[in-house]
Amino acid sequence: MAVATSSSQVLNNVEAVRATLYEALKNDDKVVILGEDVGSRGNVFLITKDFVKEFGTERIIDTPIAEASIVGIAVGMAMEGLRPIAEIQFADFIYPSFNQIVGEAAKTRYRSNGEYTCPMVIRTPYGGGVRGALSHSVSVEALFYHVPGLKIVVPSFPADVKGLLNAAIDDPDPVLFLEHKKTYRLIKGEVPDGHYVIPIGKADVKKEGSQLSVVSYGLYVHWALEAANQLENEGMSVEVIDLRSVRPMDRTAILQSVRKTRKLLIIHEDNKFGGIGAEISAMVAEEALFDLDAPIRRLAAPDVPAMGYAMPLEEAYMSSPAKMADAMREMVKF
Amino acid sequence: MTAKPSAESKFERQGLTDEQLVAMLRVMILHRTLENRGFALNRQGKIPFASASEGHEAVQAGAAMAFVRGKDILVPYYRDLGLDLGIGLTSYEVMLSLFARIDDHSGGRQFPHHYASKKLGLYTISSVIAAQTSHAVGAAYALKLGKEHGRAVLTTFGDGATSEGEWHESVNFAAIHTLPIVFLCENNEWAISTPLSAQMGQPDVYKRAEGYGMPGVVADGFDPIACYAVTKEAMDRARHGGGPTLVEAKCYRFLSHTTDDDDRSYRSREEVAERRKDDPVPKFERLLVEQGVLTPGALDELKASILAETNEATDRAEAVPYPRPEDLFSRLYEGPWEPWQ
Amino acid sequence: MANIPTQVRKSLERHGLSDEQLRTIFRTMLLQRQLDNRGFQLNRQGKVPFALGSEGHEALQAGAAMAFNRGKDILAPYYRDLGLSIGIGLTPYEIMLSIFARAADHNGGRQFPNHYSSKRAGLMSFSSILAAHIPHAVGAAYALKYRKEAGRAVLVTFGDGTTSEGEWHESMNFAAVHKLPIVFLCENNQWAISTPLSLQMGQPNIYKRAEGYGMPGEQFDGFDPLATYDACSRAMERARNGGGPTLLEGVCYRFLAHSTDDNDLTYRTREDVSERRKDDPVPRFENLLVESGIMTGEQVAAMKQDVLHETNEATDKAEAMPFPTADDLYKHVYEGAWEPWQ
Ligand SMILES: Cc1ncc(C[n+]2csc(CCOP(=O)(O)OP(=O)(O)O)c2C)c(N)n1
Ligand SMILES: Cc1ncc(C[n+]2csc(CCOP(=O)(O)OP(=O)(O)O)c2C)c(N)n1
Ligand SMILES: [Mg+2]
Ligand SMILES: [Mg+2]
Repeated sequence: MAVATSSSQVLNNVEAVRATLYEALKNDDKVVILGEDVGSRGNVFLITKDFVKEFGTERIIDTPIAEASIVGIAVGMAMEGLRPIAEIQFADFIYPSFNQIVGEAAKTRYRSNGEYTCPMVIRTPYGGGVRGALSHSVSVEALFYHVPGLKIVVPSFPADVKGLLNAAIDDPDPVLFLEHKKTYRLIKGEVPDGHYVIPIGKADVKKEGSQLSVVSYGLYVHWALEAANQLENEGMSVEVIDLRSVRPMDRTAILQSVRKTRKLLIIHEDNKFGGIGAEISAMVAEEALFDLDAPIRRLAAPDVPAMGYAMPLEEAYMSSPAKMADAMREMVKF
Repeated sequence: MTAKPSAESKFERQGLTDEQLVAMLRVMILHRTLENRGFALNRQGKIPFASASEGHEAVQAGAAMAFVRGKDILVPYYRDLGLDLGIGLTSYEVMLSLFARIDDHSGGRQFPHHYASKKLGLYTISSVIAAQTSHAVGAAYALKLGKEHGRAVLTTFGDGATSEGEWHESVNFAAIHTLPIVFLCENNEWAISTPLSAQMGQPDVYKRAEGYGMPGVVADGFDPIACYAVTKEAMDRARHGGGPTLVEAKCYRFLSHTTDDDDRSYRSREEVAERRKDDPVPKFERLLVEQGVLTPGALDELKASILAETNEATDRAEAVPYPRPEDLFSRLYEGPWEPWQ
Repeated sequence: MANIPTQVRKSLERHGLSDEQLRTIFRTMLLQRQLDNRGFQLNRQGKVPFALGSEGHEALQAGAAMAFNRGKDILAPYYRDLGLSIGIGLTPYEIMLSIFARAADHNGGRQFPNHYSSKRAGLMSFSSILAAHIPHAVGAAYALKYRKEAGRAVLVTFGDGTTSEGEWHESMNFAAVHKLPIVFLCENNQWAISTPLSLQMGQPNIYKRAEGYGMPGEQFDGFDPLATYDACSRAMERARNGGGPTLLEGVCYRFLAHSTDDNDLTYRTREDVSERRKDDPVPRFENLLVESGIMTGEQVAAMKQDVLHETNEATDKAEAMPFPTADDLYKHVYEGAWEPWQ
């Protein structure tokens, strides 16, 4: 949980992103937002609603439909001293900007030996469970977490959203900030007032437990918690770790927990092959294999390109608290 | 802005027979009726999403009339319900797509209006803007390489799509290779909430053509006959080795972008009402009646038959089952495939 | 083929340039060619693995550099811009550090030669990826406009082949929508490695793309440094004063192979090249300066001597510098301390 302050308010994740962006725009006139429909419409989820009225079209920029340049122009702004926050309307449309994110933003500092840097944020809604079909539902973190020079944040609680978005905006390097769109209005929580920062790269134990470590992020952290609470009623003790960042990744937190519970279950919405769970499994196998009492297990999406539009296809793709509870039970009893 | 869609009704039939003119009108009315049905079903909670193309009926019916069934290829975008109908898609197929049923072209995988029919020459598309433009160019290259004279590709996109890098790369390639393709921009002046003035530095998409080395033409997108004429000329040129053309049809998007959008936040009711005065559907109805192509009675019958067709398609499609969970794994690769699990 | 402006020998149109400025332009051209050739020699001697020539681009680059306001404007160049880079203030020593990939190079020896990055000179960092720097230039221009820094502009350059990239298009469009202070300068050398202009685009005049974006476009003889200066200075001045972007096209030619790794005889003939060599901009400008009495033959000879000397000195000095070390591999991935995953 974030730093306790005297006051706080309950916000959902949309409101948390919105409040944090607003504060950043207020506090620093180097901050500009650019993306499709961020201006008069105020973003398709209304995250930047009315910002343009207060901050003007120069700072809240409705771009043409051109993702490569949305990111590329942000890179140039960052090189020239602004603090751009680029938005990709849906993560599914980030692919045209792959070159600018992976080839340019992530390498600017390195290739110029520190002469130029690229402090910028790329925000994008991702994830399924919202009837988004093949092109409004994908998870993209595994496509990017391979890349040194990039930081990737995937918060799931409103207080983390604020602290991590502040950290991302302040960060001297490019940060890909992934917001699970199903959590946007579904998830509410206390958010401390005032400015605070949660360091990028630090996981958070959302529930302590002794018999199994569950590592997850995004929407599925909430479902994993639901499942873990269910198991608690059945007399089993499961620890749930919210990664919050997938690059840098908090190996210390993962190893500490695994050494304590001696069992590891990784849960993510993205598919398994080459997913975040693959790296965690490999790392734990390298570092703590002999501390384990059960094989590592990954609960991840089916190995298909994305979830279909029709209800049964989406349901078959998405996991659920019940499926998670089953996997947890099997692991605890192993 | 130059060359706005016009309010006047001229009547130059451009070689179209009465029958063809009525066929165009039928597509326009059917387009609108099916579309309104989609919105109604969404409001009833029966389907999660619908998109609309009111204001695009004339461009699409006109362009479809320039398409030669069984020969040409259409690579459309998500707003092309009328064009799809105009080249032969049935109301039932449209309803299967809206309801995301198992018999839908994409097996219920895609959003509505993302068809794929080899029989019709209708290419599969995703929802990703301008991604299909290069596919269209590839198809045109194949036609040229195969010396398939008399065939051409028609590909469409919105004004916003012209800002994408892939659009530029595709148009450029088609020009270099003098490919049999027509790029038809349905310029409705909006890209969700982004007006044309924020989309490009000058308002005429067709003016981009010269920089690529191809002809660029513009038409009143509220006039189906004018849209037919420019598309026909361009398709004929493409079919006979004359290379690509960039056609711009100036129209307007009367409704919100989709059922998930509320356009009141970014444009005034007055603006929309002003443009509604030129609504191409009643305008073309009036024109055909005035010109004696259709009697008022025949128009009523036409409308009644379209409504009946829409009702029947709705009921029939709704009764079809959803895809099954195991369909998630089908058709990822050819042949059997063992998913990693 | 492109509409190549006729190469008639012009009388000196100095476009307001002083004798001293004319000599500076000429010196930049000589230095560019000398350094360029040195890179190729070092490669043949096995001292450097790679070199990239820019012969044929000297007039264009020296002319454009003269239109650049040092300490104010920003340059977002591409890999062929050796002459432009020295024209805005990089030293031969810096060039040689880059060719030798030494630790003291701007990029610490990480990038290919000719990929400088110098805040001092106002030269933005760029990669080898075609067109990737163009949105960066547009972003920088946006920052200038946003901060209301009138009197400053961005100059961004690229080859003819690069205009086919989507990012080029997106950048042109955005700059036009926002009337940004930027000049897009295409160095049209008719080739992209082995790909001739006729396979790059459907008509041969890049500047004609401008109208479709809603900005002015202009073509000029890229073998003429003064025509280049004229076009660039007018466009830069317009950009600096709120007049928005311009697309400029300088028609030149690539005399050498694409790089030391390329053999251009596989795709064009010696005759093609020697025909164009007749218009070589360096001797052409030399003759013009001498005929116009701006320089004497002796002064030219002395300048060449001086340029050679400077190049030799820079070569020796840079060669003596150490390479980066293995530890440097891990630096500047992120700011501050970073624990690589291993
Ligand atoms: C690559 C990509 N970026 C963004 C989107 C989101 N999006 C869907 S439709 C749309 C507007 C398209 O405008 P236009 O091309 O003018 O077509 P119209 O909808 O007006 O017919 C946007 C931005 C997308 N589908 N794909
Ligand atoms: C995105 C990308 N694609 C391909 C290449 C390989 N490549 C390097 S230079 C070059 C030709 C560039 O031609 P042009 O833009 O005309 O510039 P010139 O080298 O002629 O000055 C190519 C294809 C690259 N560096 N980046
Ligand atoms: Mg549009
Ligand atoms: Mg070239």
